[in-house]
Amino acid sequence: MAIATIAECRADRESRQVILAELPADDFVKRLAGTGILVQTGPFIVRIRSRIEGFAQLFRRFYAHFPVLAAPAVADFHIQLDRPNSVRRWWRPQALFLLDGQSPFLPYPLSHAFPLFEWGLNWGIAMQAHQYLMLHSAVVERSGRAMLLPAVPGSGKSTLCAAMVSRGWRLFSDEFGLVRSGDGQLIPLPRPLPLKNRSIEVIRDFTPEAELGPSFHGTRKGTVAHLVSPALSVAQSKVSAPPGWLVFPRYKAGVPLRLAPIPKQQAFLKLANNSFNYQLLGLRGFEGVTRLVRDSDCYILTYSNLDEAIDALNRLAES
Amino acid sequence: MLLTALSDPAQTVTFGVEDWDLLLRLTRRTRLLGRLAACVDDLGLSENVPEKVAEHFTAAGVFVDQHQRMARWEIDRILKTMEDIDVPMVLLKGSAYILAGLPPARGRLLSDVDLLVPRDALDRIERALKTQGWTSIKLEDYDQRYYRTWMHELPPLRHPERGMEVDIHHTISPLTSRLSPDPEELLRNSIALDNSRLRILHPVDMVLHATVHLFHDGEFINGLRDLVDLADLLAHFGDLPGFWQQLVERAQAQRLGRPLFYMLRYTSRFLGASIPEIVVNNLRSDKPSWPVLRLMDVLVSRTLIPDHPDYPRRGTALAKWLLYVRSHWLRMPPGLLLRHLLRKQYMRWSNQRSTAMSQTGKGG
Repeated sequence: MAIATIAECRADRESRQVILAELPADDFVKRLAGTGILVQTGPFIVRIRSRIEGFAQLFRRFYAHFPVLAAPAVADFHIQLDRPNSVRRWWRPQALFLLDGQSPFLPYPLSHAFPLFEWGLNWGIAMQAHQYLMLHSAVVERSGRAMLLPAVPGSGKSTLCAAMVSRGWRLFSDEFGLVRSGDGQLIPLPRPLPLKNRSIEVIRDFTPEAELGPSFHGTRKGTVAHLVSPALSVAQSKVSAPPGWLVFPRYKAGVPLRLAPIPKQQAFLKLANNSFNYQLLGLRGFEGVTRLVRDSDCYILTYSNLDEAIDALNRLAES
Repeated sequence: MLLTALSDPAQTVTFGVEDWDLLLRLTRRTRLLGRLAACVDDLGLSENVPEKVAEHFTAAGVFVDQHQRMARWEIDRILKTMEDIDVPMVLLKGSAYILAGLPPARGRLLSDVDLLVPRDALDRIERALKTQGWTSIKLEDYDQRYYRTWMHELPPLRHPERGMEVDIHHTISPLTSRLSPDPEELLRNSIALDNSRLRILHPVDMVLHATVHLFHDGEFINGLRDLVDLADLLAHFGDLPGFWQQLVERAQAQRLGRPLFYMLRYTSRFLGASIPEIVVNNLRSDKPSWPVLRLMDVLVSRTLIPDHPDYPRRGTALAKWLLYVRSHWLRMPPGLLLRHLLRKQYMRWSNQRSTAMSQTGKGG
């Protein structure tokens, strides 16, 4: 009985984890500007510090449902976003991204601090988190199995991923297929979902109730607006899933819907070529991709209409 | 704490979460995270570290494996290219430690493969490598001339399909420096690796080369890592009969007594290397005057031991710059040095301008 009690206590403590929205606003701003806030996003603990007001507001809004850790903890990433110490403090102010005290990028305009943070964190994960096989892919989940939508340029994976999430699929990630090496499970990393250029309008029309942040114009990827990750997906961040389906999407205006199986060897090559660290992992990368392809049903999806595409994928998940 | 963890990894079992958080940052910065992971694993303590730390150790191990795999493959390709060139090929530094299985290879990253070859074979080797696709990375005329006229190696080469840099040396210190180890003797004393035409330096030469590299060869970027290599080599070779005596004799014959003195001082001070009393006594004549020694102590500790990443101290950049100038001072005569530093500064400045402009172009 004692064991059950301990397990219950633990579950209870976990469920009462403080989320960012529960921190009083002024306390949050003070801590962000001071020793920093420790946020748990998927498997990663990020320590973030910033004195940029506009950034603080946006960060609070997009990460409202993410757990905040009471220090101390071993953080995976120590990130600081601040104005560089130069004349640019006053003239066309800028934001500088620091990962562990070093800046991998040139500064961005101050108003783009939030997208800079998102890209910088992506960059840090891709450079560092080699305990996972990292696939360049959107991942969503339904009935306990994960569906991977690998990114082939121009595939529209973010748009499709956002649309699926708005129709009840659980968001794992729009960018990273994180595969745990022990058991081949996909690990959620439900960060805000960046929509680019025309996708912003497409998703606004598709789900008018979607919670989109401000549009950032003239970034290196054009106009970007972020979709707030669904609170339910964030709350289930610790629940991993085995791979179920591997679907290579391709958007093309005017084409009829086509969802066709593809041979596994073809899926293997497409997936390995779309990985952040397949080469780096050597044999482990090969084994990881092999296992994932073996355990998934592999398809190619050509579509022009989001509703039709999602209907087809829903049927796939139910069959 | 960093130095404790490096010299006595068993101590890490007493570390708290905050210690680990900082230790991971410092070892990553000094390229020693993989090394720490390997040492903790060797002690059978991997199970005792916090879960988050274990993840970082795994990721660092993956990175180390890839570096070492790439280095071995690069060497394999070089050997293939050099099949018809019958000259001794001596591996230096990281690639020597890895191929010879020496202790510094544990968890060690490396981004280049260094080889020592006879000077008269240099042209043939360069031609052979370039025919097989390797190209010079430093393409500016000035850089090419700098290497060929004044330095002890060819301009770095790289094969476009791979990331490893290849440095072909014909001696181990710059032609212009006031030190002059005899490269023919280095080759003659080198030791063949089993089942391979590759060779490594004699233990004494290996230690002296790593020492010259650390104290004369530039910018201390991987200074602490290089010092850790040396502490490992001393511990490994220290038991060989006659090692210490030969080390001092050969250093003094090649006018390397001063850098050897510094190296022994800092490996023992920072990493707890044990140096026999007699060695210290025999090097007494190489000890610098008190003010010089004080200055070196300050500069070396400021440069080798990283600042807290959140609170960088003032003066660290200055200390780094002073050591950089010092290493150049030692490797070339004053007039040449002034010309070189001015030229480098100008190149850096014009480079910054052109990258800044191209990045603005992309962003807009």
